Amino acid sequence: MCFRRAWLVALLFALGFALSGTSAEAASLDEALAHFTADDFSETVEGINEVAAGGSPRAEIILRALQNDQLMFSAERKAVYIMDDAGKLTDAASGRPVVGAAPADLDNVRINNRLRGAIEAVLGGLTLLASDPGARFAAAQAVFKSRAAGTLPTLETAIAKEQDPRVKRALMEARAAVILSVADAKDEDKLAAVDIIRQRGDQDALGLLSSLPAGTSPRVMKAASAAIAAVNNRLIVWSVVQNAWYGISLGSVLLLAAIGLAITFGVMGVINMAHGEMVMLGAYVTFVVQEAIRTKNPELFDYSLAIAIPLSFLVAGGIGMLIERCLIRFLYGRPLETLLATWGLSLILQQAVRTLFGPNNREVGNPSWMSGAFDLGGITVTYNRLWIICFALAVFAALLALLRFTRFGLEMRAVTQNRAMAASMGIRTSRVDALTFGLGSGIAGMAGVALSQIDNVSPNLGQGYIVDSFMVVVFGGVGNLWGTLVGSFVLGIANKFLEPYAGAVLGKIAILVLIILFIQKRPRGLFALKGRAVEA
Amino acid sequence: MLNFIGTVAGRPRSRRWLAAAAGLAFGLAASVPARAEDTIKVGILHSLSGTMAISETTLKDVMLMLIDQQNKKGGLLGKKLEPVVVDPASNWPLFAEKARELISKDHVAVVFGCWTSVSRKSVLPVFKELNNILFYPVQYEGEESERNVFYTGAAPNQQAIPAVDYLMSAEGGSVKRWVLEGTDYVYPRTTNKILEAYLKQKGVKDEDIMINYTPFGFSDWQTEVSKIKAFGSAGKKTAVVSTINGDANVPFYKELGNQGIKATDIPVVAFSVGEEELAGLDTKPLVGHLAAWNYFESIRTPANLAFIKEWHAFIKNPKRTTNDPMEAHYIGFNMWVKAVEKVGSTDPDKVIDALPGTQAPNLTGGVATLLPNHHITKPVYIGEIRPDGQFDVVWKTKGLVPGAAWSPYLPGSKDLVADWVKLKCGNFNKVTQKCGGA
Repeated sequence: MCFRRAWLVALLFALGFALSGTSAEAASLDEALAHFTADDFSETVEGINEVAAGGSPRAEIILRALQNDQLMFSAERKAVYIMDDAGKLTDAASGRPVVGAAPADLDNVRINNRLRGAIEAVLGGLTLLASDPGARFAAAQAVFKSRAAGTLPTLETAIAKEQDPRVKRALMEARAAVILSVADAKDEDKLAAVDIIRQRGDQDALGLLSSLPAGTSPRVMKAASAAIAAVNNRLIVWSVVQNAWYGISLGSVLLLAAIGLAITFGVMGVINMAHGEMVMLGAYVTFVVQEAIRTKNPELFDYSLAIAIPLSFLVAGGIGMLIERCLIRFLYGRPLETLLATWGLSLILQQAVRTLFGPNNREVGNPSWMSGAFDLGGITVTYNRLWIICFALAVFAALLALLRFTRFGLEMRAVTQNRAMAASMGIRTSRVDALTFGLGSGIAGMAGVALSQIDNVSPNLGQGYIVDSFMVVVFGGVGNLWGTLVGSFVLGIANKFLEPYAGAVLGKIAILVLIILFIQKRPRGLFALKGRAVEA
Repeated sequence: MLNFIGTVAGRPRSRRWLAAAAGLAFGLAASVPARAEDTIKVGILHSLSGTMAISETTLKDVMLMLIDQQNKKGGLLGKKLEPVVVDPASNWPLFAEKARELISKDHVAVVFGCWTSVSRKSVLPVFKELNNILFYPVQYEGEESERNVFYTGAAPNQQAIPAVDYLMSAEGGSVKRWVLEGTDYVYPRTTNKILEAYLKQKGVKDEDIMINYTPFGFSDWQTEVSKIKAFGSAGKKTAVVSTINGDANVPFYKELGNQGIKATDIPVVAFSVGEEELAGLDTKPLVGHLAAWNYFESIRTPANLAFIKEWHAFIKNPKRTTNDPMEAHYIGFNMWVKAVEKVGSTDPDKVIDALPGTQAPNLTGGVATLLPNHHITKPVYIGEIRPDGQFDVVWKTKGLVPGAAWSPYLPGSKDLVADWVKLKCGNFNKVTQKCGGA
């Protein structure tokens, strides 16, 4: 706190200067910039404050460059430059390009977290009156965080001029935050400010209200504690919504991982321990696709997943069919041997990938449409989770349609229900077996594309999901796709409601115990198959 | 634990019988020439497959490079060094088996190896029984000092405590509220116990400390991260001290980035995240988060630049990063070479006695000394993640910090000292004046 107050005072001082007169502006900018050549964090803070206080039109450009690690200095020449993305140097003070050779000792002006915070706060004060509403909104949020008292007059002007209701709201909140942290503001103003913050009603509001400066009058304190209680009540409701959302999101991941297994294990009855490795292969296909795009045409990067999905289906599906033809078909009806053989196979596949791609994690980037988050009421929804939920449901729907409406689906159901009868009807059961196993593996590969967005792409990727996948399929009911759907979401939501109370480790244990108890009661899972197929 | 002792103790009987038979056959065959071995064997015990391969493979490579360099310089005691690489496959009991194989079958003079604390604990009895030397290169939880083991990684007072001190300082943001987030195993649990005691001693209240554990390889961080976010919105500056291990880090940082927690709001200081871990990650949303180590690749000293150049040439890949445990092996290997040269023999007893007091340069411009407690002196650096996945050193300790085997902040260990030179004891109790722990 001590440091924050110190630089608040510094800022106040600086802004005081700015208002008192703008004489000797150019000279002061040079002096301010001289601080950046010292390569010392305390000097750089001084530089930031002086550049902002100098009122120079270049101030914003210089500070943005500093924020983006593009501000360079030469200790030898005592000069500060801005380097653009292409590596071209311009003089920071004048904005003119540098002629001649770049200085030999050119180096970044280094910043740390404290400085990043200071830059954000100062830039917030500088851009409150920017022409772009997005910039004004960001500035208002920066001031809300920094609560710099010196920005108050600018805030008043900005609020009076503001047309955009969203930005206006943010500006009002920023003003309220500033008023609450100034010791000598009037109680009436503070009470109004508490009210505005209460309406904001999120965790930042809570943080602000619970850290009012010492010396705030009891009346305001009382209003603040009432507001804290109100905000807390609101947050409790939202936290339930949030847990449900997280549960759905976890459920969708479980569904993706398990849905392929629901076919190979659930429908065909093959205990496939190499299922996780099919997921891993799909993730590596994504990596290879992205790598190719990065080197060939980087502008296609946002489409990399769209390319990777069909490819990973083909690769994993192809390998799955190969496995079925070369290994599993000899082991039908011998579950123990299948288990061991596929377990060995999973180790072989892991080590093969490790030899081929190295043991390290591979970087798979998120396309721009899968990065970031948006706020929905009181919860934060991240785009990658949202898309994965959509993708999981789409894959599930496509699979159901395939089984229900295509000839292959019909043959597959026929073979799994009564092999002998299907064969005597002229269905080539061995071909159907291979295709079915390939389908399950291919879907696992597609799951790998999605999981590469939230997990490590490493040879061990699959191991983390194999137990969960079996859990979902067994819990949902072997042989029933709808059971897999319901099972994964039930497990996901139950897990996420337990986690805040029991912690991640105990939560997982609790879920396992619950499943064991459930299986004792209903050995065939949630949706047991009925009829003659069960006996087969 | 019990289980594993069973496997280790149960194995030798059949093994020894076999070994005896093999030895007899060998003895008959080799009795005529009876010439001295013309190489010195160096054991490398790092997982090349399984979960830990991600971290340990690099250490195997760096050992091969160091041995290769030493051989180019003419070897040691006039003999060539010969690396013996085994793969314990991230399987803790297998570590003990492979250690036994290295020592009794390959007759190595020294072993460089292990990463996780559990693997170190599992090989300890083997090294004691067969009296050999292990150099352990990874930062760990302390609370141990063995005659046969030399700890070249950081003890908690060389990493965790300075990192917390930095965050408490004005420069680090005057942090008042702490989240101790870790993977659920011995290193994070012990480190967090030490940190909790330390923070309380510094006047941090109970309600300002939150401790969380997650399983190995945890990937769904949504709830944990939003818990941290909620904890951080109490109006006091909050920081996360992360002892999250290995693979779980990547999804953790991804979730932090996605939920918009910036380093300027809630900084995360990590003890297990280095250049290697960041290599598989888009680091732009992570800029400003911190790591505490005794070495960073970005530190520009002539020794380090030369090391990186040699590494790239050896591994034939200019993109491969260097990291802290690699430096630890570099220091440890050079110390061992010096000690062997000093006594003129690779006999473990002589080398163990000669090692304390040995000095070897580190890569960041200092000279590490091996202390009587079998730990070494190290500088401590705090680095902030840069957009390119490297670290920018924002703080460092004034001099070198001597590693302490026993933490003064834990009730069970505050009276213990380790001194293998004067006291010949790894856990000497200052109060009872006896060797043998609390």
